[in-house]
Amino acid sequence: MHIPPPLDATDALKQHFGADVLYSKQFRGETTIAVNPASLAEIMLFLRNTPGLVFNFLSDISAVDYYPHIPSDERPERFGVAYHLYSMLYNRRLRVKVFAAEETPVVPTIIGVFPAAGWLEREIMDMMGVKFEGNPDQRRLLMPDDWDGHPHRRDYPMGKETVQFSFNVEEILKHKPSASK
Amino acid sequence: MVTGIQSRETGTKAVWEGSLEELRGLVTERAMTGETMLLNMGPHHPSTHGVLRLLLELDGEQIVTCLPDIGFLHTGIEKNIEDKTYEKGVPLTDRMDYLSPMSNNMAFCLAVEKLAEVDVPERARIIRVICLELARIASHMVWLGTHALDMGAMSVFLYCFREREHILRIFEMISGQRMMGSYLRPGGVWRDLPPEFYKAVTDFITYFEPKVDDYEALLTRNPIWLDRTQGVGILEPEVALAWGVTGACLRGSGVNWDVRKAMPYSDYDTYDFDVPLGEHGDVYDRFLCRVQEVRQSVRILKQAMKRLPKKGPFRSDNRKFVPPPRRELGQSMEAVIHHFKLWTHGFDAPDEEVYVSLESPRGEIGCYLHGTGGNKPRRVHFKTPSFMHISALPVMSEGYLLADMIAIIGSVDIVLGDCDR
Repeated sequence: MHIPPPLDATDALKQHFGADVLYSKQFRGETTIAVNPASLAEIMLFLRNTPGLVFNFLSDISAVDYYPHIPSDERPERFGVAYHLYSMLYNRRLRVKVFAAEETPVVPTIIGVFPAAGWLEREIMDMMGVKFEGNPDQRRLLMPDDWDGHPHRRDYPMGKETVQFSFNVEEILKHKPSASK
Repeated sequence: MVTGIQSRETGTKAVWEGSLEELRGLVTERAMTGETMLLNMGPHHPSTHGVLRLLLELDGEQIVTCLPDIGFLHTGIEKNIEDKTYEKGVPLTDRMDYLSPMSNNMAFCLAVEKLAEVDVPERARIIRVICLELARIASHMVWLGTHALDMGAMSVFLYCFREREHILRIFEMISGQRMMGSYLRPGGVWRDLPPEFYKAVTDFITYFEPKVDDYEALLTRNPIWLDRTQGVGILEPEVALAWGVTGACLRGSGVNWDVRKAMPYSDYDTYDFDVPLGEHGDVYDRFLCRVQEVRQSVRILKQAMKRLPKKGPFRSDNRKFVPPPRRELGQSMEAVIHHFKLWTHGFDAPDEEVYVSLESPRGEIGCYLHGTGGNKPRRVHFKTPSFMHISALPVMSEGYLLADMIAIIGSVDIVLGDCDR
């Protein structure tokens, strides 16, 4: 069987998607490519199906909260969602990253490309409050259905907070505005 | 909240508390009209191995769809690690996959070591391999015992737990704890091996190796076992890959992928071992794969014991990451400073992200670690095999009988602590 030589994922993506690729960087031998969320599903399909790339396995999706957020080139928005792809043919990993705004954190789903994304996305919706548009199951996954807030956000208190009484409830809620959304 | 029991009156009180509308789109239209039955399995069912609830849509005895409901064991481990220095996060990882805590320790340690660039001496890497393989055997023993018990083979269960006890004693010997040892730490292992360790492991290998034949004699050609497992829960290789299935479940479908071979960590590439593969992707092939894996683990253990030196460093001597040994504290001012600094502030790691993965007994366990530039992580996320396997339960169980569900759950070897974290 002829196996085509591996392609550089960054070059291939830049060639096909141009401005949709925000930046690419290396750290400790891992490649991170940040892309525009609008074309995420096409990029995933391209990465999976192009000979020379064949990232055929979705290892993980994890979300990270850059609160308190100061916009920069590397972190344009508050929430980052990292997709960890793996190519069994070429035995290499790739991290694709998209960013979601603080006010309306919405990212399109990739469930059509990788069915495994279904639950991983639901977990992030539940714990980080980033919505995945198009995921057919929008219920909470880990927390109870009637839970308030998204525990993995950095402004969600981790215990140690002041006990809430009726006389100080307003003061407390002032300090954790996005936790109660 | 839907309780998931078919609407019917029991005496005066209706057991159905939610509305079917909430499930529209998730179950078939036939369930909405009442043509198929919705049945709640768990969270107290003994074969769910923890607290897993399955909402099954049944056509007679046949499974139409299956909606797993998880989160009963969610303990916020990822969130809690964000509030701890890197080394103090290790004990929390023990509690995820409570049947092989060593693998979780290892995933977290590898991530920290990659992020902060901590070196691990060679002897510590060998000790880690021994711990990981012992943990794999212990975990597979629990899997084999409970899987067989679910299907009615009582005696295998007792034998398996007897063997596991030996391994837990070895773990107690090295870490002081039978299960939650937190023995692997960033930069190596917590403390040196006690002198009696070497004999205990060699004795265990000689004792254990022929025992695997006994389990095979009890099950592999047992006609009842074959009837219950062959042709059940078939997972095609493409489907398995698409649903993120890893470990023995993936290899049972014939996909040759083992993280120990593909992306070796801790010098696994220098050990000689095979990756057992299945053909049909059914419950029986997964069973065969795991039993063969146990034999391969014994092979690795033998090689590791042969190359393990009696003396040598068990942890990195980089004092910026690893606290100095106690005997230095009375003599060196610098050692006291390092000791104080590491146990109050810890060490700093860059504001960057890494992802590592390794082969736990259940499959690929991944750790995504994002530093802050300070002494605590910004985000830790564990990709756990049980989580992915439970999400793939619907594709594995569709069209099979309710009784087969027990066999399928047993064969994917789920641990709910691993799933919910």
